[in-house]
Amino acid sequence: MPTSTLLNLVNILLAVNFIAGFFSNTVGDAFGSMFHSTQLIHLEKNILNLAVLVISLQSREWLSTHKHIHEFYVILLASLSGMFFMISAQNMFMFYLGLELSTIPLAALANFDLAKRKSGEAAMKFIISSAFSSGILLFGISLLYGALGTLSYEGIAATMSGQPLLILAFVMILAGFAFKMSAVPFHLWTADVYEGAPVAVTAYLSVVSKGAVIFVFFSVLYTAFEHIFISWYNFLFLISVLTMITGNLFALRQNNIKRFLAFSSIAQVGFILIGITGNSAEGAAATIFFILIYLFSNLGAFGVISLVSAKTGKENISDYKGFHKTNPLLAWILALSLFSLAGIPPTAGFFGKFFLLMSGAAQNNTALIVIAALNMIVSLYYYLKVVKAMFMDSNEMAIPKVNTGFQAGLAFAICMAGLLITGLFGGCYEYIFSIIHL
Amino acid sequence: MNLNLLIIIPAITALGIVFSSGLKQVRFVAFAGAVIQLVLSFVLLFLFQQERNAGNNEQFIFQATYNWFPSININYHIGVDGISIAMILLTAFVVLAGVLVSWRQEKLSKEFFLLLTVLSAGAYGYFIALDLFTLFFFLEVAVIPKFLLIGIWGSGKKEYSAMKLALMLMGGSALVLVGMIGVYFSGTNSLDLITNAQSSIAEETQRIFFPFLFVGFGIFTALFPFHTWVPDGHSSAPTAASMFLAGISMKLGGYGCLRAAVYLMPEAAAYYQPVIIILSAIAIIYGAFATLMQTDLKYINAYSSVSHCGFVLLGIGMLNQTAINGAVLQMVSHGLMTALFFAAIGMVYDRTHTRMVKDIGGLLKVMPFIATVFILAGLCSLGLPGLSGFVAEMTVFMGSWQNPETLYRVATILACASIVVTAVYILRAAGKTMFGPIVNQEHLSFTDAAWNERLAAIVLLAAILIMGIAPFVVTDIIYPGTEVMMQKIIVHQ
Repeated sequence: MPTSTLLNLVNILLAVNFIAGFFSNTVGDAFGSMFHSTQLIHLEKNILNLAVLVISLQSREWLSTHKHIHEFYVILLASLSGMFFMISAQNMFMFYLGLELSTIPLAALANFDLAKRKSGEAAMKFIISSAFSSGILLFGISLLYGALGTLSYEGIAATMSGQPLLILAFVMILAGFAFKMSAVPFHLWTADVYEGAPVAVTAYLSVVSKGAVIFVFFSVLYTAFEHIFISWYNFLFLISVLTMITGNLFALRQNNIKRFLAFSSIAQVGFILIGITGNSAEGAAATIFFILIYLFSNLGAFGVISLVSAKTGKENISDYKGFHKTNPLLAWILALSLFSLAGIPPTAGFFGKFFLLMSGAAQNNTALIVIAALNMIVSLYYYLKVVKAMFMDSNEMAIPKVNTGFQAGLAFAICMAGLLITGLFGGCYEYIFSIIHL
Repeated sequence: MNLNLLIIIPAITALGIVFSSGLKQVRFVAFAGAVIQLVLSFVLLFLFQQERNAGNNEQFIFQATYNWFPSININYHIGVDGISIAMILLTAFVVLAGVLVSWRQEKLSKEFFLLLTVLSAGAYGYFIALDLFTLFFFLEVAVIPKFLLIGIWGSGKKEYSAMKLALMLMGGSALVLVGMIGVYFSGTNSLDLITNAQSSIAEETQRIFFPFLFVGFGIFTALFPFHTWVPDGHSSAPTAASMFLAGISMKLGGYGCLRAAVYLMPEAAAYYQPVIIILSAIAIIYGAFATLMQTDLKYINAYSSVSHCGFVLLGIGMLNQTAINGAVLQMVSHGLMTALFFAAIGMVYDRTHTRMVKDIGGLLKVMPFIATVFILAGLCSLGLPGLSGFVAEMTVFMGSWQNPETLYRVATILACASIVVTAVYILRAAGKTMFGPIVNQEHLSFTDAAWNERLAAIVLLAAILIMGIAPFVVTDIIYPGTEVMMQKIIVHQ
């Protein structure tokens, strides 16, 4: 089968998969209530499906010259199915299984720029750090099992208490999650892996993989560990503040645009954690809503970077000087995506950040809100720096005109429409809120 | 009347600009949009007065509410009172004049007019908002267009100024955001202005969150010591953007201080009153003396804006009706005057390619129209009776003097004294550049204002003259609005 036909077929199937996700959403249990499904879980899976579809459309340019397209999709979809198991899990064991199924293929994906040494290095770093974090997570889970004799979320919730051993187990689990979400102090792998991996894989890592872990994270906190809220609130407060500040400060000094987005995505995780500290239906809704928006904004940005990188191999912020002169449309797409990441209206990022702050503020922690607001100013600075390079700086060696193919254009249309519609039309947030039953 | 039209028309204009090509089409669409918006603003004024005459005594007329995010009780709520109408009219005048002076904007004309339109849409939305979330949304919509307008089309150290302005205004927004969240969780679980105004917020909560709101909005209106974005931003911006910045954007701050901070938290406003007065008095004096030292025409007007906006905050800080009336009048008057001044400076700069006072002289002989406009704008700035500046500043002084405590008396006297300094720098600059000998013989070949420049100046001048000669036209609209707000503010002092 010729490459382009194959890619078209895959994209059509992914689109069908995404659309099919909205129909016949049955609610219920399977595998002795280890696997659970609700409307909310279906929505979360649909969000991930959409992200994979967009990434697949965007990476067409890169894939069409690649020799191993079949393997790419097999590994990608294996990882996605792992995430589905992870999201649907009602049991720590099933969750761990899904998590491993989703992360191990990712290491292979990170190595997919076979000719580049950096890509291999990224894969190595990723597999070592994720194996380490899985080990910690597993240790926490086993301590929990030893103390409580059960691994189902309900069982844990029923017997969970503030005993030191249980808190230790919880901290282990929290550290495992923090690794996967790249929250400070477990964020060190992020920048190197993002930089080395192919752009499509970086986009997948930063949106799909992170989103899936966050979906699980808050539902585990809100169900299994709801009785030790006070303990985890303080942990989360601390991690969230540290993550925001570290991500922002490091993002200020980056020149490689992928490293830059890596640190910006760390800062975004810090923001998401604020919403999770809300411990309420509003917090859950704000988190899911933000991931949806983050999908559109981050993939919008990665789409432009992926096109430019595939055509010219340029990945530095300084290469983007004068980008608006040669590629006005792409420059505006990247700018809008960055505005959304910075939380500027009328893009959806504004609404997302506002709801996260509102749900976090419900715990009456003024300090957290003030720190978050100050961080928004810092983050605006580095996002605007990229905008400034594109629109205001002149460059004789500017990136030449890049042609957007139909598929990439479609991906941009999805991202931009999502960016503008999800926030302004309140129905989206309201729908998410309405299907959350804590 | 459906107030949404005020946002829909700029939105349609923006779409029209996106789908048109070439400077001629683009500027025509932008111009048509601005004219329609001005007409609409007058229709709004007419209908508003009709409602009032028919005995509709509600605080806000033409209200409309749409459930935006019902689960957390955030609504899109709009409505207008006299103060909003005055600000909407001001915006419409400045936008029309701004589009006219940019008539020959060759460089990236499409994006230029698009950003101007988005900026104006933000301002219109802001002035009709009755929900803090709606208000905040539109406040931030207007930030990024300013950054791009200055950074792309500006002059001098434009990137630095653009970044400084964006970050400081974002800082202001961040403070407002914290204050807003404080209001939400103060008991009403609502961001609606009317709801929150009716249920008083506990005084301790007010004391925590009032500074956030007031300083946050204050940054937009050059509250000392957060005024530093003003001189750089204004002087680096292209002419139309300077007009929008000083004419409209700085007024967003004053309006917010009054409408959100003082109105919702009057006890805290009274508590922090001395601080507000001292800071605004410093801004007035410091702005005036700093202007004396400037040699660049745009910097002169920018620093004098710091001084003049100090009157707005002084008036609001005095917390009595006359002074607040004066503050609102000063917002309108300064908006018109400074837009006219920047337009005149822009016209001079387009011809001479310099803004330095020492390089220009005797322009009255070469281009009498532009010179006259320049001088009239200057006279309005120094408060010549018959022009709008006099009416506004007099009202602020009269209101301030009603406050008998020593501190406020001193502040008032200092503010009055600053007028003398204003006269010095205005007369010096106008005298040197417009009268006096011709410095550069090349200047003899210059042409006077083109039709678009004339029209822009006449539109603004007309508004300034009407307000100066027949102030009751404006005060009749504004006073009932401030009166209702004062009822709450006074009761809670």
